[in-house]
Amino acid sequence: MSSLAGILAEHAGREGPLLPILHDVQKMFGHVSEDAMREIAQTLNLTRAEVYGVVSFYHDFRTEAEARPVLKLCRAEACKARGVEALVQVAEGQSRVKVEPIYCLGLCSVGPAALVGDTVHARLDSTRLTTLLASL
Amino acid sequence: MKIRISDDALAIACGADTVAQAFMRAGAEVERVSSWGMHWLEPLVDVEGVGYAIVTADQVETILAGEAESIGPIAEHPFLTRQSRLTFARAGKTRSTSLDDYYSSDGWRGLATARTMGAEATIETVLASGLRGRGGAGFPAGIKWKTVASAQADTKYIVCNADEGDSATFADRMVMEGDPFMLIEGMAIAALAVGAQKGYVYIRSEYPHAIAKMETAIAASAHLVAPFVVEVRVGAGAYVCGEETSLLNSLEGKRGEVRAKPPLPALEGLFGKPTVVNNVLTLAAIPWILTHGGEAYAAYGMGRSKGTMPVQLAGNIKYGGLFEVGFGITLGELVNDIGGGTDSGRAVRCVQVGGPLGAYIPPSRFDLPFDYEAFAAADALIGHAGITVFDDTVDMAQMARFAMEFCAVESCGKCTPCRLGSTRGVETLDQIIAGKNVEANLALLADLSETMKFGSLCALGGFTPYPVMSAITHFPEDFR
Repeated sequence: MSSLAGILAEHAGREGPLLPILHDVQKMFGHVSEDAMREIAQTLNLTRAEVYGVVSFYHDFRTEAEARPVLKLCRAEACKARGVEALVQVAEGQSRVKVEPIYCLGLCSVGPAALVGDTVHARLDSTRLTTLLASL
Repeated sequence: MKIRISDDALAIACGADTVAQAFMRAGAEVERVSSWGMHWLEPLVDVEGVGYAIVTADQVETILAGEAESIGPIAEHPFLTRQSRLTFARAGKTRSTSLDDYYSSDGWRGLATARTMGAEATIETVLASGLRGRGGAGFPAGIKWKTVASAQADTKYIVCNADEGDSATFADRMVMEGDPFMLIEGMAIAALAVGAQKGYVYIRSEYPHAIAKMETAIAASAHLVAPFVVEVRVGAGAYVCGEETSLLNSLEGKRGEVRAKPPLPALEGLFGKPTVVNNVLTLAAIPWILTHGGEAYAAYGMGRSKGTMPVQLAGNIKYGGLFEVGFGITLGELVNDIGGGTDSGRAVRCVQVGGPLGAYIPPSRFDLPFDYEAFAAADALIGHAGITVFDDTVDMAQMARFAMEFCAVESCGKCTPCRLGSTRGVETLDQIIAGKNVEANLALLADLSETMKFGSLCALGGFTPYPVMSAITHFPEDFR
């Protein structure tokens, strides 16, 4: 837990530090565990319920680790207009990569679009998505 | 020979990095610049002003040898010459985090003017420009600033709403990735005008490239805006945080629940202090206004919608991208003349303007001018000026269901009409789609929509009825 302590020390004295802390914890550990929530609550003088309430409110935070690579496929209106729903079958036809919905990557004129980590992908069709999924 | 290639996220998603590397391997000097906003042409390669479209790495040799087919001089492209680029004046031309490029393209002139004329005259200039909030609500920016300026407090904040969650919008992203100093300058001018010490840019986590560019630009320009301090804060995937009071709660480290108004954020905002909350495009328009004067900005536009709007053409559209133009242009001109109709080549069935909370508009209403009041009168909204085009394969009952489903997923849970109404809306639409008691269920849905529209705390629950009811009104055949 020394690195969690490091994150907490780094954000000490900041205004409204909870979200930046949670982002850093998730980046380092892949998720925000119950132990981490307890430690964060104690440091920020919050109740565990308050921290859990924040973690569970935001789609980005996970409370359990995800072992598989994650691909976030945009399912918002502009990507729907460009045919993303037809790609959902391709995504669901495999289980090696976890495919999650995301609502808008701001690539709305060149969709369907996807995000893997910090890497963006556009103009997906079933062939490109299949290749992308296989490469992860 | 200098090669310019955009490093905007959209260009990168279309393969710009690979192309840039191929040029560098071939020995060419490559400059990474902002995007022109002609998205259908990306990756667009600029060789001494001449453009090459949808370039792949294997075309590098022929382009360098001058044997490839070009699209001609980029700046003379009709998609660009028809625009009035004020906010996007530098798009495609400058390296986004280069202070030299920013200085040499009129950068920091607005801030210098504001420092010379002082806070009161700065607010007067913004009032004279007629600039209205570009996030969707359209509230006069100058009046908001005046309220914050006259509030008495030891601490005041400038919060830039960069939680651009509406589908079909990417103008905020393009500003942050392409011209981040302009946004910082706009925030610094706002801080000077209202007497704020600290600024936050709340950027959605779905925009990693914008976050990186803003952080680089803030570090590079800290000495130029001091004693004002700007900091990036990253959202966490909640659409509702684009609503200003929800965003403030999120910045404070809380659940992004909507606050009841009053008190107005202008008087009791972030940490209870007077706060200017402005959208990226609002703040980004400020340096131009201070440099050229409020009247010069107000000369663009129509009626009470002054200035220019960076319209975003998206979805199933042939020529998608960023089109900045004075208010008053019609929807038909944007979709058909400029956008070229659908990308699929099929007929345009409808467009959705203003993101997931915006109305669906059929081609019979394409005479509608882009103007806040004209849209409101037609039971529609401009929102953040994103236009999603759909062809005739779209199932409007499914789109209406999606609007309710999206509201159910993203509702903050604070008020009942939104939290429960959206889920009941999905269930009712499922019954309609299954053909059960269709007329009775449509009446029920209309009633539910009324309740959500007038009983919700914010625009999420309050505006979700727009896409639902407009789909039913204009495309009844999809529901029966």
